[in-house]
Amino acid sequence: MIRVRTAVAAVALLAAAGCGSAPPPTKAVKVGIVLTYSGPDASIGEAIDRGAELYRTLHRADLPEGVELQLIKRDETGPTPDVAKRLARELIVREGVQILTGGQWTPNVSAIAPLATEAGIPYVVMSSGTASTTRLSPFLVRVAFTTWQHSYHLGKWAAANGLNRVSTIVSDYAAGLDAEDAFVQGFKGAGGQIVSSVRAPLRTADYVPFLERIRRDKPQAVYGFNPGGPEATRFIKAYHDLGLAAAGIQLIGPNAIVPDDELKNMGEAAINVISASHYSAAGDRPANRTFVTEWKKAYGQDTVPNYFAVGGWDGMAAIFAVIREQNGVLDPKRSQEILTHWSNPDSPRGPMRIDPETRDVIHNIYIRRVQQVDGELRNVEFATIPDVKDPWKELHPEGNAGTR
Amino acid sequence: MFELVDLLVSLTFYGTAYGMVLYLLAVGLSVTLGLMRFVNLAHGVFAMTGGYLTVTAMSRLGVPFLVAVLGAVVVVGALGMLLERTLCRRLYSAPILEQVLFSIGLIFVSIAIARYVFGPLAQPITLPGWLTGRVNVGIGVFPTYRVFLVGVGAILAFAIWAGIDRTRFGASVRAAVDNRRMAESVGINVNLVFTVCFGLGTALAALGGSLGADLLPIYPGYPNDYLVYFLIVVAVAGIGNIRGALAVALAFGVADTMIRYFLPGFGRVLIFLLVMAVLFRNPHGFAPKIHA
Amino acid sequence: MTSTRVLDGLVIAGLVLFPILAPGYLDLGTRVVILVLCAMSLDLLVGYCGLVTLGHAAFFGVGAYTAGIFALRASAEPVFGLLAGGAAAGILGIVAGVVLLRSRRLTLIMLSLATVLIMQELANRLGWLTGGADGLQGIVMAPVAGQFAFDLFGRVSYVYAAVVLALGFLAFRSLVDSDFGKSLVGIRENEARMRAIGTPVDARLRTAFVAAAAMAGVAGALQAQVAEFVALNALSVEFSSEILIMLILGGAGRRYGAFLGAPVYVVMQDYLAREDPANWYLWIGLMLLAFVFLAPGGLTAWVTMLAQRAIGKRR
Repeated sequence: MIRVRTAVAAVALLAAAGCGSAPPPTKAVKVGIVLTYSGPDASIGEAIDRGAELYRTLHRADLPEGVELQLIKRDETGPTPDVAKRLARELIVREGVQILTGGQWTPNVSAIAPLATEAGIPYVVMSSGTASTTRLSPFLVRVAFTTWQHSYHLGKWAAANGLNRVSTIVSDYAAGLDAEDAFVQGFKGAGGQIVSSVRAPLRTADYVPFLERIRRDKPQAVYGFNPGGPEATRFIKAYHDLGLAAAGIQLIGPNAIVPDDELKNMGEAAINVISASHYSAAGDRPANRTFVTEWKKAYGQDTVPNYFAVGGWDGMAAIFAVIREQNGVLDPKRSQEILTHWSNPDSPRGPMRIDPETRDVIHNIYIRRVQQVDGELRNVEFATIPDVKDPWKELHPEGNAGTR
Repeated sequence: MFELVDLLVSLTFYGTAYGMVLYLLAVGLSVTLGLMRFVNLAHGVFAMTGGYLTVTAMSRLGVPFLVAVLGAVVVVGALGMLLERTLCRRLYSAPILEQVLFSIGLIFVSIAIARYVFGPLAQPITLPGWLTGRVNVGIGVFPTYRVFLVGVGAILAFAIWAGIDRTRFGASVRAAVDNRRMAESVGINVNLVFTVCFGLGTALAALGGSLGADLLPIYPGYPNDYLVYFLIVVAVAGIGNIRGALAVALAFGVADTMIRYFLPGFGRVLIFLLVMAVLFRNPHGFAPKIHA
Repeated sequence: MTSTRVLDGLVIAGLVLFPILAPGYLDLGTRVVILVLCAMSLDLLVGYCGLVTLGHAAFFGVGAYTAGIFALRASAEPVFGLLAGGAAAGILGIVAGVVLLRSRRLTLIMLSLATVLIMQELANRLGWLTGGADGLQGIVMAPVAGQFAFDLFGRVSYVYAAVVLALGFLAFRSLVDSDFGKSLVGIRENEARMRAIGTPVDARLRTAFVAAAAMAGVAGALQAQVAEFVALNALSVEFSSEILIMLILGGAGRRYGAFLGAPVYVVMQDYLAREDPANWYLWIGLMLLAFVFLAPGGLTAWVTMLAQRAIGKRR
């Protein structure tokens, strides 16, 4: 009995194998993505992941026939470089990924970068704004932004637009000090005068004492920087509570102080805050309108993409370009070439491209103001600084002993 | 000179408002610790829950601020009593390690639930119109909301003191703390006292969390972020010392605010070192045992 | 007791066999080894002295940063780095012990939290020394004993870490089995009585505190050397809690708690975080609650109970 069944099965299998057009063998391109999916900063990782997944879903048909993109996700659990390094190593050695991506925290990126160099595979950094990151490995390409692009140009803009006496208040950690430096260089370089500088410890519960000092110094504007999230809300609330806006002290800062998704939590306290960024959810471009519509369809009508999400989107677009142009068979050198010359003229943020010399991103910087539009608070772009390279690298060409 | 006095007055005021919120958050913990010797690191969970309930009632159900706060306080107090009767009670005689483990477990679970239900970002709270803006209170012009915090805090501190010192229930609590066996033999239902006290402690935490929601935003990391601050208040005052808790909370609030203004660079380090210096002299705080 | 000798032997055997049985997981193995060493040092305080603290990351982190800075500025020889890390942590143990050990229970927990927060803030501010929030980078370790260079596959790292753990375990063993160790247990059980019979309680606790700190410092130094990177998360309250959880899972004060708790926690975290990263907190929280009510002695108690039942059945 068993023998007959086995024989029938065998014949059936042979028949199936023989007849009909067998589908072309699927080439799987493995891409490893290391982000923070758990813990207090999971919202950023989630935003980046969503942006990347949205691109992947909408552009599925763009992949060559028979090529499949396998996205292997790993949770680094926060700014924990030892975990990130181990996960990256596993992805390279055990899973055999051909491209690494993610890149949410500078210390984690610094830990992973040498692995990318050692294994010779491209590392597409979707977030992390420290200027010198791209120098950590010749295989590292950043599609996100740099702190200096935001704050340096904000400084220049402020000095050129009637804000000559400005105080600064930043969170006391590497990124905060970097932002302060960027702003001051741009601002003073354009003739501005810094009235006072305050540094607040990370995770400050009550910003009132720090802002009180600023209020007494009576500058025309205050430049602020904090890590975002609930801290940004606390900061804006304190600014509002102390009546600084009413006293004529304009609040300016990079995108981090008014992230698109936190705006509704900040309420009217955020109105009129001026910020500089490469992306706003309210940006009036066809590519962005589509992006936001698709985002809301996929993730909920009351959610809003932010600049982290755009990093994920463009990162995935770059990876898609690498796969398409090599038809699924990736050669590391060729991948690197494609990435360093890649451009996305139709990104939701506007036109963007990679600088082949620095492997960093070049895009527009917009000056925006928080306004109430259609009953919602939005960062409305009103000035554009086109085609911005990273100012820090221009001021500190490679070979200079500047460490940042 | 006048500038300096004006500045000090301002900073004292802001520090007092901040201290009041810390007092509300810490006093419940002081009571439960003094009474039940139960190390509850998850105290912040109740404050966070109160905050979430208040904010949700206001934004989803349109309930006015004070009503929402009252509702949240009642609900959390009831939850606290339920938790005490079912789980906490079994741990009173357990080693401290078990209690700590239980607290950490509770914190993790509540963080996960909060994140799942409300998302990771801070909850938006729209204060009622009468709490916005600024008001002149003689010594200066300050945000109405913070003046409210100082006022309400003072009233509540008085109410708590009166409750402990002047009511029969308060007397039962003090008796149970001083000598449980004796209190039982005199006819005091110590188990009931424990349950009600725990409920009151959690209710107070919810009150602190709700009233302070505009100062300390409600988000899933709440129980972890502010834990060390109300532990400081409880430890420095002495476990069970309620009046002391008010003084310490206010002192801490003012000291922290002043340090952050004058020496922002060393903010956190200095305040912690200060706390350590105080505890070095008085390892058990200023006056343990429940005082009026 | 012979059975402890046998079990101790099994532990060492396990360390030796692991790379043979699971050669693709050496990275994970090294990480577990380091965490076991750290959890074991915490066991000395929590399990044997009865002092519950949430500040152990301070010692681990100080050891890590010291070893990293040592490698960058003094010498890249690994063993010297280990000694430097352990010494620095030990010194912090002496200084902190003076303040912390005057308190117990909640006050001690709070002070230990404050210690970690102070150290973390210092590491953040002294960026020129520690790399600040970006971390301490560029560490390149010299070959161990001049011969064995650290490789991409992590073989040398594992053996190096395992040897240090084995030595650490021997030290732990002798401490715990000695009269000194037994007096610690006495202090844990009834401090007042121990004082009454004349035991120098404060001196003993301080010694144990420093020993635990130094051992945690060595674990931190190992981490810095093996990862060739140190970041602020080594000095975080989150990490302190993780070590405590690992120890409690394994069972505090039961000799092998660290050896059971750390691997189980790491494996679970790896698996659960992979499946459902966002809800890791929920699962670990529920598991902790379950352990409190169902298995208060941790895994060692549970395993012991099962073993005793099995032996009972056989008879």
